[in-house]
Amino acid sequence: MTPAITIVGASLAGMHAARTIRRDGFDGRIVVIDADAHLPYDKPPLSKQVLSGEWGPERVTLPAVSEDLDLDLRRARRATALDVATRTVTLDGGEQVAADGVIVATGCAARRLPGQPDLPGVHLLRTLDDSLAVRAGLDAGPRRVVVIGAGFIGAEVAAACRGRDIDVTMVEVADVPLERVLGRQMGLVCAELHREHGVDLRLGTGVSAIEGDERVERVVLSDGEVVEADVVVVGVGVAPTTGWLDGSGLTIDNGVVCDDTLLAAPGVVAAGDIARWPSRRYGELLRVEHWENAVQMGEVAGRRLLAEVGRDADEVPVYDPVPWFWSDQYDRKIQLAGRSGPDDTVAVVHGSLEERRFVALYGRAGRAVGVLGMNRPRHVMALRQLLEEGASWDDALVFAEGLG
Amino acid sequence: MRVVVDYDLCESNAVCMGIAPEVFEVRDDDFLYVLQENPPEELRAKVEEAVQRCPKQAIKLED
Repeated sequence: MTPAITIVGASLAGMHAARTIRRDGFDGRIVVIDADAHLPYDKPPLSKQVLSGEWGPERVTLPAVSEDLDLDLRRARRATALDVATRTVTLDGGEQVAADGVIVATGCAARRLPGQPDLPGVHLLRTLDDSLAVRAGLDAGPRRVVVIGAGFIGAEVAAACRGRDIDVTMVEVADVPLERVLGRQMGLVCAELHREHGVDLRLGTGVSAIEGDERVERVVLSDGEVVEADVVVVGVGVAPTTGWLDGSGLTIDNGVVCDDTLLAAPGVVAAGDIARWPSRRYGELLRVEHWENAVQMGEVAGRRLLAEVGRDADEVPVYDPVPWFWSDQYDRKIQLAGRSGPDDTVAVVHGSLEERRFVALYGRAGRAVGVLGMNRPRHVMALRQLLEEGASWDDALVFAEGLG
Repeated sequence: MRVVVDYDLCESNAVCMGIAPEVFEVRDDDFLYVLQENPPEELRAKVEEAVQRCPKQAIKLED
């Protein structure tokens, strides 16, 4: 009998897994299940081109949708349980889908603030519906938008608002935005970038309450100040969508823990934001929420699963990338490769911070571990290659010098 | 094979250049240049990977 595969999650990782499996010649049934009602879509534009109004929602549909992949796509269906032994997924309503292999790719969901009210005008930003709701709020001409959290999503929302000449207050509980990822110096550069573009940035400030009668009217800050606002966007991070896997037998610990080939259990692989794997390169369990990680993991997980369902696999690849992502804010493209941290040595190796066009290297224990670029994609990509080769700090400095 | 870039989509992330520098180059003006529109067959695997990994899906391969 032809084997069957079930993919839970039709976002980037799930759809890339589907594409990989088909392209590798798998001709069995592929069922793809997703709680979202929309056709599978790409998420980066949701905080960029969709909010700015440049793109209509139809443009975010993933290209795999229009490829002839012969998928049995079940939209607006939530998976509620997985039985690992029989590789059976239970859907809302009780329907069960059994298969020879399962790909777990349900990603993450946006976190809410503790005590966050369900008031119209208060938004999370994770799904296409979230993005369209925020956009409608911006289209309505708000007096002011309050963005809670100055991470990458918050920063992009603030930039989209400023691009539409909407007043923005961005509230961040930490003293320096993104310090945990970029360190103090580079986090302060990001803070300045927002201020230069007219964002009212409140650092070291929490939120005491979000208030309003019929809809949101104001945000009360931890210092007691009240900011009037018609739209509030909460961008305080995400959490893996693992609730449906409780009792499945999979190891759940800040995601689905898998091995370095992305196998989570016999016949079950995980991919994308939800998957946590032991990185050989970094010697720790990693879970990465970036676009490219979802693409690459989907491919590797798909190939891994083909080996599990008995197809000849050339070789089982080990998943061990150097993470990379980008963020577009105002007219700046920020790219980060590697694993930088707040205690790393930082050297600006190209351009200048003042111009907001530069490359910074991060080093730790004699090795180059990260590279941050602002409007310098060429340099970031070249240095990323060097990170993949495990370059020493000194060699990386010399190499960067030679990039011109 | 022919490499076609949709420059309305391209955001110069330079991922393609990282994968296939023989074919793609992002220069100091921040624009992407295709160095070989008809790259030799031995570069197919690399170019296909660049197509897959372009964050804007701005590259197409025509045979």
